[in-house]
Amino acid sequence: MTRVVLDPTGERSPSARQRVERPTSLDGRTIGLLDISKARGDKFLDRLAQLLEERGLRVARFRKPTFAKVAPVDLKHQISTTCDVVIEALAD
Amino acid sequence: MSTAAIVAVVKRDCPTCVLVEPVLQDLVARGVVSTIHREDDDAGLEASWHLGIETVPTLLRGDERIVGWSRPQWEEFTGVSGLGEGLPEHRPGCGSRTVEPALSEELAVRFSGSKLRSRRVELAELEDDAEAFYDRGWTDGLPVVAPTEARVLRMLGGTTRAPDEVVAVVPPDLVECTVEKVAVNAVLAGCRPEYLPVVLATVEAACTETFNIHGLLATTYFSGPVVIVNGPIARAIGMNSGVNALGQGNRANATIGRALQLVIRNVGGGRPGGVDRATLGNPGKYTFCFAEDEEGSPWEPLSVERGVAEGASAVTLFAGEGPRGVVDQASRTPESLARSFAGALRAVAHPKLPLAFDAFMVVSPEHARVFREGGWSKARLREELLALLTIDGAELVRGAGGCDEGLPEALGGAAWPKFRPDGLWFVHAGGTAGMFSAIIGGWINGETGSEPVTKEVVA
Repeated sequence: MTRVVLDPTGERSPSARQRVERPTSLDGRTIGLLDISKARGDKFLDRLAQLLEERGLRVARFRKPTFAKVAPVDLKHQISTTCDVVIEALAD
Repeated sequence: MSTAAIVAVVKRDCPTCVLVEPVLQDLVARGVVSTIHREDDDAGLEASWHLGIETVPTLLRGDERIVGWSRPQWEEFTGVSGLGEGLPEHRPGCGSRTVEPALSEELAVRFSGSKLRSRRVELAELEDDAEAFYDRGWTDGLPVVAPTEARVLRMLGGTTRAPDEVVAVVPPDLVECTVEKVAVNAVLAGCRPEYLPVVLATVEAACTETFNIHGLLATTYFSGPVVIVNGPIARAIGMNSGVNALGQGNRANATIGRALQLVIRNVGGGRPGGVDRATLGNPGKYTFCFAEDEEGSPWEPLSVERGVAEGASAVTLFAGEGPRGVVDQASRTPESLARSFAGALRAVAHPKLPLAFDAFMVVSPEHARVFREGGWSKARLREELLALLTIDGAELVRGAGGCDEGLPEALGGAAWPKFRPDGLWFVHAGGTAGMFSAIIGGWINGETGSEPVTKEVVA
């Protein structure tokens, strides 16, 4: 016998989103470094910034107020409108 | 008399309907009755269900209706005199088929099921129901109840809220969750319809910015939502606040907490290994829900302390880990017992880490008695514990006691309270035997983490 049940999920039909193509070179691009406020994440990003800047690349630094919450909308907007690529530091 | 046509509803196995059949035929012939719906066929049954008929025979004209047989009433209603010659003056009607217990739910599905908006999922003939739900990822690891339309409709009978009302936007996928979707998951969890108002309040409380269920889900820490129910609804739906209050065996306790977790999992898309990154988790993430024993408590209920009117029902959510026991079988004074509590509370998260974590204490009746007899209010107990738990920074700094965990060296000069002033809460629950209480340690508190949230339960 056929049984019909109701879908308990959010029914999100995942419309496959296309990824932005990876850049072949970082030349001329702004690299965002996002500190999520985990301990010592800043140290990791300091070093990355130094290495990137030594290569003449442009770096922009960002920080989430707390790692326990998703980034505020404004911060996400700022990153997406000012950077070409982003490196997020997860450290402990 | 109105000239608008009259509609009649009858069924075959009602003696009164059989008795008035010639009268109805007469009224049809006169053009007074336009339609006779017979509950013996599907079309008649559907018409009767939509008209909300409870008794047959019923005569309807617009919003007016009369039931059973009464010559004077029928004559007045139809405007025709001399009806039913030879019939008795009065005969009561019978129950409509639409309200027969076995049939009413089936009819609700057949005739109103289409009002439900959730996607229909057809299970294949060879599929085992329980396996089908595991395969679709709808369960927390334990079997679930099949969310059939009949069960969901029955569940929705537990609230006066409209099925399409949006209850919350559920993280992490930020999906709008309707009363209906909560009901579907409440069915899965094993809830009875009368639990639904509590589940709805719980989902609403969880999905507030203040409670921050997204962060709580995503954290590597142990914690999950702990649901504490206050007010008359707890007793009305048979919740356990007594023996084994934090344990297994009570349907309401078990399924309300579980329904919340299933909403987060299924509607919000929050799953272990996905957004849930807990290192170890805790068994309370299946369900962690209990009621406060208000009657036996020396103190005001938690909900009242948190601003809900006395006598109202409410849920309070706390981002908590598993309970840990506090044993004290010897203290007979509040001063002594508070020292036991303080010793155990110091270890929440880590004995050398102050201020970052709140705690709920579940104080059992035998421990509560000590505070009652000693005349300690909740406020007094909190105040004494905060004082007992103000610790010299030299004990807390990194390296102190040979342990590298702790506060930075620079903070060693001051004394630090283990808990912030509103970081320690008390609930009364448990069996009457046992000088044991429990501590439920929190997660990161305040703006950067989670604050307890209390929400009133509405029907």
